Amino acid sequence: MQLHEFQAKDLLRRYQIDTPPGQIALTPDEAAAAARQIGSDSLFVKAQILAGDRAAAGGVRAVRSPSGARAAAAELLGRKLATSQTGPGGYAVKRVLIEAGVDAAQAFYVALRVDPASGSITVLAGSHRPDMEQHLAAGAPGFETLALSIAGEHHPGELVELGRRLGLAEEAASRFGAVIGRLHRAFIEIDASLIEINPLILTTGGGLVAVDAKITIDDNAAFRHPETAELRSDEEIDQIQLQAQRHQINYVQMDGNIGIVVNGAGLGLATLDMVRAAGGAPANFMDIRTTAKSLDIAHGVGMILDNPRAKVLLVNVYGGGMQACDTVVDGLAIAFRRSGRVMPMVLRITGNNEGFAKTRLANFNLPKTEYADMGQAAARAVAIAQGRA
Amino acid sequence: MAVLVDQNTRLLCQGMTGWAGTYHTDRMIQYGTKVVAGVTPGKGGRTHLGVPVFDTVAEAKQATGADASILFVPPATAGKAMIEAIEAELPLLVVVTERIPVLDMVRVREALVGSKTRLIGPNSQGILAPELCKIGVMATPRARRGPIGVASRSATLTSEVVSQLTGVGLGQSTTIGIGGDPVHGIGFAECLDLFFKDPQTEGIVLVGEIGGSEEQEAARYLRENGLKKPVVALVVGRAAPHQIRMGHAGALSAQPSDDAESKIKALQDAGAVIAPSAHLVGATMSEAFTQRAA
Repeated sequence: MQLHEFQAKDLLRRYQIDTPPGQIALTPDEAAAAARQIGSDSLFVKAQILAGDRAAAGGVRAVRSPSGARAAAAELLGRKLATSQTGPGGYAVKRVLIEAGVDAAQAFYVALRVDPASGSITVLAGSHRPDMEQHLAAGAPGFETLALSIAGEHHPGELVELGRRLGLAEEAASRFGAVIGRLHRAFIEIDASLIEINPLILTTGGGLVAVDAKITIDDNAAFRHPETAELRSDEEIDQIQLQAQRHQINYVQMDGNIGIVVNGAGLGLATLDMVRAAGGAPANFMDIRTTAKSLDIAHGVGMILDNPRAKVLLVNVYGGGMQACDTVVDGLAIAFRRSGRVMPMVLRITGNNEGFAKTRLANFNLPKTEYADMGQAAARAVAIAQGRA
Repeated sequence: MAVLVDQNTRLLCQGMTGWAGTYHTDRMIQYGTKVVAGVTPGKGGRTHLGVPVFDTVAEAKQATGADASILFVPPATAGKAMIEAIEAELPLLVVVTERIPVLDMVRVREALVGSKTRLIGPNSQGILAPELCKIGVMATPRARRGPIGVASRSATLTSEVVSQLTGVGLGQSTTIGIGGDPVHGIGFAECLDLFFKDPQTEGIVLVGEIGGSEEQEAARYLRENGLKKPVVALVVGRAAPHQIRMGHAGALSAQPSDDAESKIKALQDAGAVIAPSAHLVGATMSEAFTQRAA
C-alpha cells in the first residue's frame, strides 16, 4: 500500500523527523486559509496523488500569498494529473498540501528499502540531482549504501559516518545519523517496504527537513497494522484488479483480444510470451492462485467474458497438488453458464485430475479445441483471434 | 544421487495437523517420503497420520533424528516457525507459505547467517527427487528419475518443464523451487553449484522470470566457475507490461536490468542455452545433450 505524501509526513513526524509547516486542503478556500495560517511568503501547493514526478507535470506550484494558493488549488483540484508514472490518463487530484518553503543549504536523496539480494534493510543516499529518476533507474552510481540489521544493533557511529561520506560536517553528519536511525525504527515498526525522502534538505539554519516523502507499506503485513487500514485510498487502485484479488486471482487488463486463463504466475507470463511470439495480443494477464476455488475462477473467467474486446479464450492449466484440473474446468463451466456469451475456447489442460477434468469438460458441451502442447494451443488461439481459423 | 534430499531424508512437518498439513503430508507419505514427525504447539504426544506429533521442533528432532522440515504454517507465524527450525539446527527447511511479510523474511535471513540450515522458499512448491523423496506440494505423475537438475522460480512452470523433459526421455535428478518471493533462501547460483557437484546430474534447467537478480547472479556464477555441464535457461515475461506486478511478488520488472531481455542476454553471454519458448524447454535440453555427445 502506497501512502500519500501528507500521510507519509504525518507518520514521519511521529518519529521526530521534521517536515515543513503544512496543511491539507480540499477546496481553494481551504487552501487560502491554510496559507494564511502558515503565514509564509514562500509557499508550495502540492497535488496529492499516488505517483511521483509531480513537479515536472505541473503538480507542484510555488506561490507567495493566500490568494496565490487559492488560484493554484483551483487549477489543481478536481483535475487529472498525468505524470511519467501515472500513465496517460493521469490520477484525479482530490487534495492539495499547502506547505511553507525551506531555505536550503544542501539537498539529499535518502531511501530505505529491502534489498532482495542481501535480504537486509539498506539505506541508499546521495546528493539530490535534477535527473533523479534516470539516475536511480541506472542503479544510482556514486550513491552511498549501508545495510542495517533488523535487530537494530547498528552502531550509531556508522550512521554518522554515512553522513560524513555525503560530505557533511561534524554536527550535520551527527544529525543525519540520528535521522537515519529514526527512519530505520519507523521502517520496522510500520512494516514498510520503502521509505524515500527526496529531497531531505539541510537548511541554512542547520536542520534537516523532509520536503517530500514516499512510503510504501507491505500489504502482507497488514494483519498486524489495523491502524493503517484507514490510510488506504482505493481511488487510484484499479478496481478490476482489486476485485480479482478478492477472488484469489491476479489479473491485469491488457489491450489485446485473446483472453487468458492460467494458473500460476510463471505459466501466466510464459503464456503471454507464447501468444506474443505467435503474433497475437493478450487481452489480460491471469494468475489463478492455488487458494482459488471454482467460484473464484468463475469470477475471473467472467471478467474476460465481460470484455467485449476478447474474441477467444486461451486456457493453459497445469493442475498441481494444491489446485487440480477439475477445479478450473468447473470454474470455466460456471462462468460460461452465467454469461451466456459464446466464445471459442482453446484449451491445454494437464496435470492432477486431468482425466476427470476432461470428462466433466465434455459433459459441459462448451465450444472448444484441445491441445496437448501449449505452444500449439497459443498459436491456434492467435489464428482464431485473427479470423484465420 | 539427488541433491539436498534422498530416500534417507527424515522429514518433519511443522503445522502437520492443519488442513493443508494433513493433506500434503499424506501425499508425501504415499510418494514414499520418510515423514518421521509432526510439530504443532499444544498437540504434542498425539499421533497424526501414524506419525508422532511434538510441541517443538527441537523435541521432534531429538526424538526422531529428523534432518529436514516442511512448513505448512500461515503467513503471520511462518517467520517464527522458520526461526525455530533454524535454532534447532535442522539442515534443510522447505517453505510453501505465500504472502509472508517481507520484514519477517529479513529476520529469517539474519537468523540464517552462520547457521546450519539451508532454506528453500518461501512461496515454493518444494523439492523433489523423483521416485525417492518429495518435500512439497508439486504434481508428480510425470516426474521420472534421471540426469537433469531443475531450479525454478515458478511452480506450474516446473511441472510443465518436468513433463517436457520426461517426454523427451530425460528424467530429473532433483527439482528445486526457489520460490516466488523477493527475499528467499537458496538461489539459482547455489542450485547450479549443487548440480555441478552432483555426479548424477548431467544437465541443468533454470526457469527464471522478470524481476529480482537471481538470473544475473546465476550468470555471474557461470562466468566465474565455468560451464561444467550444459545449462538450458528459460526466462519468461518478455511480453509483460512494464512495471506491473504479475502474481509473484518477486516478479516486478521496474528497472532496466531486471527485464527479461537483460536476463536472457546475461545468461546467454555466460554460456547458457536459451529455450526460445516455454513449450520448447524439453526439446532444447534434448538438443544440448545430443550436441554434447557429438
